[in-house]
Amino acid sequence: MISLTSPVRTRAHDWPAGAKLAGLCLASAGLFFVTDPLAQAAILGAVLVLYALPGWLFLVSGLRKLRVLWPFVAVVLVWHLWTGSAAQGAVIVMRLVSAVALANLVTMTTRLSDMIAVVHRLTAPLRVLGLPSRALELAIALVIRMTPVMLAKGQLLAQSWAARSPRRTSWRIVLPFALVALDDADHVADALRARGGLTPLEER
Amino acid sequence: MEKSLVLVAIFAALIAVLGLIPNLTLAFGVPITAQNLGVMLAGAVLGARRGGLAVLLFLLLVALGLPLLSGGRGGLGVFLSPSAGFLVGYPVAAFVIGLIVERWRSAPLGLVATLASLIGGILVTYACGVVGMMIALDKTAVEALGLVLIFIPGDVIKSVVAGLLTASLFKARPASVLSRSDDRG
Repeated sequence: MISLTSPVRTRAHDWPAGAKLAGLCLASAGLFFVTDPLAQAAILGAVLVLYALPGWLFLVSGLRKLRVLWPFVAVVLVWHLWTGSAAQGAVIVMRLVSAVALANLVTMTTRLSDMIAVVHRLTAPLRVLGLPSRALELAIALVIRMTPVMLAKGQLLAQSWAARSPRRTSWRIVLPFALVALDDADHVADALRARGGLTPLEER
Repeated sequence: MEKSLVLVAIFAALIAVLGLIPNLTLAFGVPITAQNLGVMLAGAVLGARRGGLAVLLFLLLVALGLPLLSGGRGGLGVFLSPSAGFLVGYPVAAFVIGLIVERWRSAPLGLVATLASLIGGILVTYACGVVGMMIALDKTAVEALGLVLIFIPGDVIKSVVAGLLTASLFKARPASVLSRSDDRG
């Protein structure tokens, strides 16, 4: 699987994930209040410096993740050049790139386990109210485990399709695939119940 | 309870896998995938509440940094990109689709699921998606809609496919199609 995390360890890895997320929220909201092109350019420059600080490898892999934005950037720039409001177009584009780049920066420098710890802390009020957050944490773990399993099963189905038919796989393959998913769900649910299930013993 | 939880998790994984299987890339580099087919199926098969939860769980994992969106995208950046509105629309779409399939029992399931997917998967999703693009790109609704119109024909086809699949799944595993089974356990 493609990894969205940084190829190198940075100093930001040691910063608390909650603080990084809170900072990101503030920064993204703040970006919408900056309407001066020069100020937006300065912000974008500062973001690029942040990307460059951990070194060349980090910069390259970080910029590669922004490639999906280029079509939008092109459309907006062409549109605003055409309507004669280039400055406004530049502000929109720079705000967009800065916001996404900052968010990616947090994802790149935060381990999955740290992110899940933040979720655990954020769901604490639910536990106080008596709602178990255990179900959520179990569900997160299940998705992480089941995605590669189901990907492998989907590839097996595609292979058996290819072995039997000269034509390309079509949408029809989704039916057996969804059936496999439903049956897997039955088995996993049985296994969970056999191991004590979701409800703690004393509550039964 | 365990079965509901596992179905929600499995459908979150299904949405991810449908986005990862080989796909076509159309204009603007936005990949055409079966990912929103997964969203439609989650609503039509699991019903409003669980279908919406499955999509929310999927989005939570994307936000936590897993590259589960089509084209291997993920992380917090996608929620600030111009297409973020579509992501916000996904759980709402699954909820609306589930609600329609749960309530409208007088017509054949395949037809109901198709119409529900058209309403939820296109009307609701695009409404949210267009608002997202209006905010991120500072455009009017008409301009934003113009950028995404080319994707609608594909989504109409996916809605029909979602309807057919839901009907077939109900025939094969009636107990697992929670939107129609009365077993709420």
